[in-house]
Order: sequence, then structure tokens, then C-alpha cells
Amino acid sequence: MLRVDVQKQLGEFSLQAAFQSEGRVTGLFGASGAGKTSLVNMIAGLLTPDRGTIALDGEVLDDTAARIHVPPHRRRIGYVFQDARLFPHLDVRHNLDYGRRMNALAADPAQHKRVTDLLDIGPLLDRRPGKLSGGERQRVALGRALLSKPRLLLMDEPLGSLDEGRKVEILPYLIRLRDEGIPMVYVSHDAAELRQLATQIVMLKDGRVTSFGGVKVLS
Amino acid sequence: MFDLTQAEWTAILLSLRVAVIATLVATPFGIALAWLLARRDFWGKSVVDALVHLPLVLPPVVTGYLLLLTFGRRGLVGAWLADHLGIVFAFRWTGAALACGVMSFPLLVRPIRLSIEAVDRRLEQAASTLGAAPWRVFATVTLPLALPGILAGMVLGFAKAIGEFGATITFVSNIPGETQTISSAIYALISTPSGDAAAMRLVLISIAIAFAALIGAEWFARRATARLHGN
Repeated sequence: MLRVDVQKQLGEFSLQAAFQSEGRVTGLFGASGAGKTSLVNMIAGLLTPDRGTIALDGEVLDDTAARIHVPPHRRRIGYVFQDARLFPHLDVRHNLDYGRRMNALAADPAQHKRVTDLLDIGPLLDRRPGKLSGGERQRVALGRALLSKPRLLLMDEPLGSLDEGRKVEILPYLIRLRDEGIPMVYVSHDAAELRQLATQIVMLKDGRVTSFGGVKVLS
Repeated sequence: MFDLTQAEWTAILLSLRVAVIATLVATPFGIALAWLLARRDFWGKSVVDALVHLPLVLPPVVTGYLLLLTFGRRGLVGAWLADHLGIVFAFRWTGAALACGVMSFPLLVRPIRLSIEAVDRRLEQAASTLGAAPWRVFATVTLPLALPGILAGMVLGFAKAIGEFGATITFVSNIPGETQTISSAIYALISTPSGDAAAMRLVLISIAIAFAALIGAEWFARRATARLHGN
């Protein structure tokens, strides 16, 4: 369970959001500039709230009153960015393996195979990110986040940088991923996308939560 | 013309040794400082930045004299090092290496700083969300992506170190076999009657070394671009 209650001032923009999600896939919905990415960055620990708390499965990750801020590398929260952010100096295989190495996890060939099959990235393993298409890059980024065995997966518009054809290519993988059962926070400004993926919606407007509930709040 | 005398060989080898040691010792400090200047904001940053560049703008004789005052036998640091650690810089080849290291430091730091600044911080963020602690982010993402710039800085620093003259001769004098580098050998030869041919040989050799270093730096810079684009 993810519990968020935070305030953050970013220049002129003020973000104030509180929600609790029990659902498997929490959709963060709102127009661009609504504060979705800032909120997700706070959950990841990349941004520190000015005031408030963030807790995941009962563990406090941020509590400004108690001066607690768990740094991103100790949160075990995966993050798939809009721009895949693959490491350009590593081939796909080493990109995928990065999280496992950094967390000192034992090699898990079974999971590695399951994830590469799930995302159809087996044939790409020896390539450098510079030689991948946008859709391939995004699939590798998904695999890389999954293989770090996160407790929660954050996805910030993972289809945002792709054209329509590519979106259709990736969406089925995301649905498969949802059915894997890892809790997710999925950011999008596309209601149709969220209707297919989310089990719960947090609607954000100008830095405030305007509604919260099942997928029906989108209509 | 290229039958080098023993003394000329000694000067060339000493120059190489001084420049290699100066570059290798200065590089870790250069990387640390470049990272601080590229990625951290701290009080007095512009002063530190100016200090790094100072040897570039000061007359070399001033830098050499300051080194003599500081690291000479009776200098504040020099006396302490000699008494406690047995390290002596004055009139030794180690002093030449120190002078060359200080003089080449700005040229070493600058390309490293630029290449660290060019590393996409969003990649570093991605690494941290994958569980990498800050020092591992530096070791596995920042450093490899900045590596061509680091090598370019080392090449430039080396080229500067091997040609250094003013600060070295002021600090450690011009002692054949101990502190007489190519530059100070040339200086000694051109003030000697009939030393012109020998001076010319050393001049050509220093031109060749400088050329090789600049072409090397250029090659590393091109590799940097290719690497950052993931090819």
C-alpha cells in the first residue's frame, strides 16, 4: 500500500497531494503541468517534499517532521522514465543486469528469461542503446526496472515519446506486466490508456488532487 | 643529425619520467576537483576555480618562486615533508614533477570538468532508482561516460608538463641528470657556443611530442562524442 501526503513548492507552482492506493495499478491522470512527474519523483525519492509523508507498505520513506528521507537507491522502487534513459555505454544485457548488480542480488536466470520473453527483448541483448528503436528502448527500460525486483514500479508516461504505431506495440506488454502483479503507479494524460491499465485513478489538476476512485472517475 | 648524445638522452628520459609521474599523480586530484566544480555548489567555489586556473595566467617564474617558498628545504610544507616523511622536492626531479603537475593542472582539469558536465544527470538519477549508491553512480555511470574527456585532459596535461620550463627552472634549477628536462637542456644549449645543432635536435623532438599529444587529445575527443551517442 502506498500512502502519499505531500506539499512542494516549485517556483510559482505549488503541489499539494494526498492519496492512498490499495489498487494494483494506480493511474495518475492529469494534463501536462498538473504536477504528475513531480509527484512521481517524490515517490522515487529524487525530489524531497517540503512538508509531508510518503510510506510504502508501512515503511516510512519520507517524513519531513521526523526529518526522514530515504534516498532513492535504498527505496527499491523501480522507475520507467518517459525517455528510456538507458546507459549509452552499456549494451542491453548490461543495462538489464544493472539493478541486480547494484542491489547485490543473486543471479536469477529464470526471472531473467521470463522478463526477456515477456518483453521480447532476447534478440536485442548484444546491442547498444544507440542502435535501438524508440519502442525497443522503452521495452528494455521496462525490463531493466523489473529486473531490479522493485517493490513498486513507477511509470511516467512510458508511451509518451512514442508515435501511435509504437504505442500499440508497447501497450500489450504493459498489460502483461500489470498481470504480473507488481504494484504500479502509472502516469498518463491519456484517459483511454489508463482505462486499459489502471485499477484506481488519482486525478491531478494544477497541483491538486481533484478526484480519486475507480476507473469510472475518468468519464 | 639524430645521433643523440648521452646527455640529450638523459634529458629526454627525465622529461618523460617527470611528465608521466606529474600526470598520473595529478589525475585523481584533477578528477575529484573537476567533479566538485561540475556537480557541487559550495561556498568559495569561484575562488577554487580561480586558484586552479592561476598557474595558467601567472608568470611561470612566479609559480616557481612560490613553489620554492612553500616546498623548498626551508619552506613551510617542504621542511615538514622533509623532516617527517623524508620527501624532498628542492633541486630533485620530484620537484620538477611537482612544478610540472601544478603548471599542467588547469589543462588537466578543464576537459574533465567539461566532460563530467556533459554527462546527462538523468542517467545518474536512473542509476540511483536502480539501487546504485552515489559513489557507485559515479563509478559506473559518470566516470565511464566522462572517460574520453579524462583521457583528453591527461594527454593535454602531459603535453604541458613535458614542455614546462619557467616554473621548473625557478624551483629546481637546471641540474643535468637530476632536473634538466628537454626545455632546460635546450635553454642551456642555446646559451652555449656551438650548441645550436644539439638544441635543434631537442627542439624537433619536443615538437614531435607536442604534436602526438594534440592529435591524441583530438582522437579522444571524437571518441567521447561517439560514446555519448551510444554507438
